[in-house]
Amino acid sequence: MFSLNDLLVILPELYLTAAACLVLLFDVFLDDEHRDATHWVAIVVMLVAIFLVIRGQPPETVTAFGGMFVRDHMAEILKVTVLIATILMFVMARPWLKDRKLFIGEFYSLSIFSVLGVMFLVSAGSLVTVYLGLELFSLPAFALVALNRESKLSSEAAIKFFVLGALASGLLLFGMSLIYGATGTLDLHAIFAAIGTTQHLHLLQFGLVFLVVGIGFEFGAVPFHMWLPDVYEGAPTPIAMYISAVPKLAAIGLAYRLLETGLGPLAGDWRMMLAIMAALSLVVGNVVAIAQTNFKRMLAYSTISHMGFVFLALSNPTPEGYASALFYAVCFALMETVAFGVILALSRKGFDCDMIDDLKGLNQRSPWMAGMMAIAMFSLAGIPPLWGFAAKVLVLKAAIDGGMLWLAIVAIICAIIGLFYYLRVVKVMYFDAPAEDVELSPKPDIALRWLLSINALGLIAMIGFSGVFFTWCQHAFGV
Amino acid sequence: MTHAIFQMVCFILFAVVAVGSALAVVSVKNTVHGVLALVLTFFSTACLWMLAEAEFLALALVVVYVGAVMVLFLFVVMMLDIDLEPMREGYIKYLPIGIGAAVIMLIEMLGIIGIKTFNVQAGPNPAGASNVEWLGQALFTHFLLPFEIAALILTVGLVAAVVLALRVRSFSKHQNPAAQSAVRAPGRVRMVKMAAVTPAAPEPKPAEEPQA
Repeated sequence: MFSLNDLLVILPELYLTAAACLVLLFDVFLDDEHRDATHWVAIVVMLVAIFLVIRGQPPETVTAFGGMFVRDHMAEILKVTVLIATILMFVMARPWLKDRKLFIGEFYSLSIFSVLGVMFLVSAGSLVTVYLGLELFSLPAFALVALNRESKLSSEAAIKFFVLGALASGLLLFGMSLIYGATGTLDLHAIFAAIGTTQHLHLLQFGLVFLVVGIGFEFGAVPFHMWLPDVYEGAPTPIAMYISAVPKLAAIGLAYRLLETGLGPLAGDWRMMLAIMAALSLVVGNVVAIAQTNFKRMLAYSTISHMGFVFLALSNPTPEGYASALFYAVCFALMETVAFGVILALSRKGFDCDMIDDLKGLNQRSPWMAGMMAIAMFSLAGIPPLWGFAAKVLVLKAAIDGGMLWLAIVAIICAIIGLFYYLRVVKVMYFDAPAEDVELSPKPDIALRWLLSINALGLIAMIGFSGVFFTWCQHAFGV
Repeated sequence: MTHAIFQMVCFILFAVVAVGSALAVVSVKNTVHGVLALVLTFFSTACLWMLAEAEFLALALVVVYVGAVMVLFLFVVMMLDIDLEPMREGYIKYLPIGIGAAVIMLIEMLGIIGIKTFNVQAGPNPAGASNVEWLGQALFTHFLLPFEIAALILTVGLVAAVVLALRVRSFSKHQNPAAQSAVRAPGRVRMVKMAAVTPAAPEPKPAEEPQA
């Protein structure tokens, strides 16, 4: 049975559930002219959710519903970042959606439901809540990718995303069933305890392989990365922004809960699998990104290489390693929002600004936008005075501390290869002549401009707070 | 002992039928036959669950999937008129490779785990409680939170389906019940005063000039 205290622990989730339903209902009564109200209501809903998550955070880890739900500091950091990234997506998406007649209320309610899924997932204390959180998070994402029914590319991307997502869920479930068979429990802590006494170690390792495959799909790590470029290219740009930022944060939660909380004693088995996936992602992501002409596809391959960096940190199964992975994922999410935000600001009706050539001569047309894109690119590449640099340093340090020197060397070589395609974007913006017939001017939407600027400048400012933030991350894993 | 052997024989029989019909689902050419094979798959799975003493799940599978979902599937498949031949090109060509890979994987899996590992004993049955009782107890106490999250997932599925499938067509003819019930007499009936006997039509007068 549950008590009132349990409800208090999941208050942010309860609130967001109610709010998502209310946004859904509220929107029904609005005309198309008044749809902006839904937009602002959704943003306020998210802000209140951030407040509830931070305000109600207990100093110690607490569990609810008999261990099904865990509220700890890692979940807090992930939830707050996911909510912030979603607010950024809402603000930056509005002009884009309006131009394409996709400005519908369900965009907001589905996004909120998806965020709710992430919140349950990162707080999961049992295999059941892990799986259900994952489904609640990905089902709305499939629908959001298919939001633009007129576009064949969108539908194709949605089908690919859906089929591969279903396959990944199936593999994850199969792994979970094997682990349940070997340990006889669904509770992650109980699984951890049962591993020491189980006689079915092979079964357990077998299940572990499937879990790692499921996690790899969620991150989009090589060799489970095939869906990522097509989904980035086909999805409406705001949704691509959401998919580039939020699932990676969710996947950090997923990986930590399953691999450390549940299967921690098998770390010797899974860290090598993660290390191999990290090396493959780094090489494939960075090398293939060079060949891309579509900016969104290039970002997709860059994402794959960044997931290699996250795995680099995760392959060191210590609190330091997890803290660096968390740091990297948060930093990565906020860099992606800038890169996609600039594309969203420059797109207009009938022009998506998603080819690298579309950015030609951006500096002459709009120096501020070019500057922000340059910040995002330099930060993604990991060039010193930017936040991405701090993240890369921490991750490399975690890998070396974990005895994975070869992997760190691979990562550095790949990061240098990666510099090429990030700098090419900068070169195109600053040194190429703008195309005569293409009009490049940012949208006059004030909220978008301000938030995008704050987001981009934040990437510079955050380098000063890297130490503080890393301490939080370490604190989240009990250092 | 005979009981155990009988159980084993039943298990193998149901398992073989389930796997065989599942293969038929993806390999038969006629889609209606495919759906019927899927029904058989579900039914054999239900039998397997019955063997595992999960009666409620077995019944739910038969009632919900075989009874409702598959009938819906049949309707949909019969309405579709797809020419599947082009999709099957190359099927035979790649079949041996696919089978080879599957068999190797199966042998590897069995080799790694060892068939004996699968003899994991099921947890003890709570004494006295029937299957349904136990399931209800578990769902509404220990698994309350997952149960509610599953409800949310269904809600999302519904919303997503409506978003993706609902098209407002300008040319479709449909009723608007709200407008129909909101109608009042003045909106429908217009009283026109007419003389009982029509006088001879007067010459149409030109409109009067507005007064200056």
